[in-house]
Amino acid sequence: MSWLRQIGAVTLLSLRTIPQRLGSSAVAVIGIAGVVIVFVAVLSIAEGFFAAMRGAGSPTRALVMRSGADSEMTSGLGGPETDIIKQAPGIFRDGPRVLASAELFVIIDLPKRSTLTPANVPMRGIEPTAFQVRDEARLVEGRMLQFGTNEMVAGRSASRQFAGLSVGSEVKAGQVTWTVVGIFEAGGSAAETELWCDAHALQGAYRRGNSYQSVLVRLESPQSFDTFKNWLTSNPQLNVSVRREIEYYSAQSALLTRLIRTVGFGIAALMGIGAVFGAILTMYTAVATRAREIATLRALGFNTVSVLISVLAESLVLAALGGALGGIAAYIGFNGYQTSTINFQTFSQVAFAFAVTPSLLIQGLGYALMMGFIGGLLPAVRAARLPISSALREL
Amino acid sequence: MKFLPLVWRSLWRRKIRTIFTLLSIFVAFLLFGLLMTIRAAFSLGIDLAGLDRLVLIHKVSLIMPLPVSYQTRLQAVPGVEMATHNTWFGGIYQEPTNFFAQIALQPEAYLKMYPEVHLPPEQLRAWLGDRQGAVAGRDLADRFGWKIGDRIPIQATIWRPKGGGSAWEFNLVGIYDAEPGFDKTNFFFRYDYLDENRQGGEGLVGWYVVKIQDSSRSREMGATFDEMFANSPAETKTTTEKGFVESFAKQIGDIGAIMIAILAAVLFTILLVVGNTMAQAVRERTSELAVLKTLGFSNLRILTLVLAESLFIAMLGGGLGLALAWLFVQGGDPTHGMLPAFVLPRRDVITGVWLMAVVGVLAGLLPATTAVRLKITDALRRN
Repeated sequence: MSWLRQIGAVTLLSLRTIPQRLGSSAVAVIGIAGVVIVFVAVLSIAEGFFAAMRGAGSPTRALVMRSGADSEMTSGLGGPETDIIKQAPGIFRDGPRVLASAELFVIIDLPKRSTLTPANVPMRGIEPTAFQVRDEARLVEGRMLQFGTNEMVAGRSASRQFAGLSVGSEVKAGQVTWTVVGIFEAGGSAAETELWCDAHALQGAYRRGNSYQSVLVRLESPQSFDTFKNWLTSNPQLNVSVRREIEYYSAQSALLTRLIRTVGFGIAALMGIGAVFGAILTMYTAVATRAREIATLRALGFNTVSVLISVLAESLVLAALGGALGGIAAYIGFNGYQTSTINFQTFSQVAFAFAVTPSLLIQGLGYALMMGFIGGLLPAVRAARLPISSALREL
Repeated sequence: MKFLPLVWRSLWRRKIRTIFTLLSIFVAFLLFGLLMTIRAAFSLGIDLAGLDRLVLIHKVSLIMPLPVSYQTRLQAVPGVEMATHNTWFGGIYQEPTNFFAQIALQPEAYLKMYPEVHLPPEQLRAWLGDRQGAVAGRDLADRFGWKIGDRIPIQATIWRPKGGGSAWEFNLVGIYDAEPGFDKTNFFFRYDYLDENRQGGEGLVGWYVVKIQDSSRSREMGATFDEMFANSPAETKTTTEKGFVESFAKQIGDIGAIMIAILAAVLFTILLVVGNTMAQAVRERTSELAVLKTLGFSNLRILTLVLAESLFIAMLGGGLGLALAWLFVQGGDPTHGMLPAFVLPRRDVITGVWLMAVVGVLAGLLPATTAVRLKITDALRRN
């Protein structure tokens, strides 16, 4: 018991003296906060991108493409083939309506709002069932496009990221002029970066004849996927690959997410070394300035372990403070920051928001504490080993 | 100069502190070098893109093809030196994750258009003699361990062969090298082979590259081309190659801005640590400095002594860090050709050296001015 009391007393004492060493303590705190900001901010890019891509997929939807195609961009299906696909079992049927949408996926050049440089914006030709197939998509402004005309509805993120996509504006692409008649949302997912128009109108505009690139279907239930897939893959008239939509989008996000995470962890690890040196210096300074005080405590009979723990605790408290500050700053500065990047698989833009998730904040705090522990260890040992007599003489 | 030993001695009076400070700066500039390399990789060789080369793409979007007949029409325009076309193949080698660019092109014209690409003459001869011939960039060949003579199968995603299935086969007849910064991860093969053997799409190409005689007329020439094809089924949009590469790099997002924001955070943190250390080092020596002043050292000399110390730490630590980054980059791309370029641009090295000087001066400035302002009597009494 007395051990614990000793440790408590000495730790409290050293914490109470922090204000006297505000300058050098602030260095450690800010150094660690800097690392945590960068760590959390970089990883929040990966989190945001992953969330947008994954959110675009649903386990109850399946995507049919030509076999061998790794993305909608490179897939191609003839009109008759899409009609066969729509007869497959396992598709959700709403009375006479089959919840399947044969679609085209192309890109169109539009200026990015922030830089006014051209960007590859994805444009999707849909069938009237598309909004029923994607039940999370809903119009939030304007009206639905009229099929058979050159009208389109733009995703919320697309209208935010690219210039000239508000309701009523016209988009000229080659010899076709599209009119934006509505804005839709789809739960903040990558689908919101797309422009949707009538598939037949798009076939004409891009000279695609009666061909599509994919068929998206709503399944009766996630379990009916196998029935659906087996029927299609065993059909000799078809040569297609069938994927759950959620798996398709997760696979597309894998490369970039992994790249950002590697870069983020790499930078944070290197920066962390710098911050640990900063913390070590701060704690050595703290020990040096308190040498006499520590020696006095030792002379009074406080044991080495309590001195050691008190120095470590001080370092950990400073680190926790830095971690918390860094996390808060990263949250305020970056959470929800809207941006877009190119998805190399489909060669088109994906808009997403930086996502500072609770798990990232906890990781950041944990990293801060780790830096504080490493930074405090050597100085703590030095403090515990301080020769009492010479330290008392020191100024 | 004769005071160098004095600076040296005061640096090492607290070895551990100096070493940790050196290491902090070392790490900061190591990061600087690596981040600048990443930034350069993502800017995709913008510095090398020529101003006398114009790129023509379909006006609606890059993915729309253009007719092959435009080549002769372009070459007939006065002021045009030559025109050639490229076509994106977008195939898969073994696994979809093994991504690299495959481009169908006209070998001789391409090499004439891009003198920065070096292909040995005998390999070019072999390429011209083999329809299925292909050449790969040095980095790409290293990534997959390809040797000349290898047969390389690639699965089509866009252009399927006439014979059915999706496999195309190429003979690797050459490996090209290129000036630093030029993408050495490409796979080039002959357009005539593609065009004769694909199902559909005959006579279509991806984009044109046109070399003009007078680069100052690029804007005007671009407008001429676009006018020439206006109101045709395939209208074009012409930009300089530099503008084209730049705008594509911008599509990735502002990698440059993110890297600079990170570096600002790193350098700020380091400045704080070093500044604090320097301040402390000077504070400890208050009485010594006072003695020096008593001995007749001028304010300027005291200032120089303190600044020299912090500059020395910054330059040594930073120099070593940057040197290690440079060595690392020389060692080659750790992603084995996933990044289009892996070089530490000379310009960034120079910026780095400047930054070291700035960090050194800023970190030393506060303690140096305190040292200058020191009143001898006060300082001596303090002890």
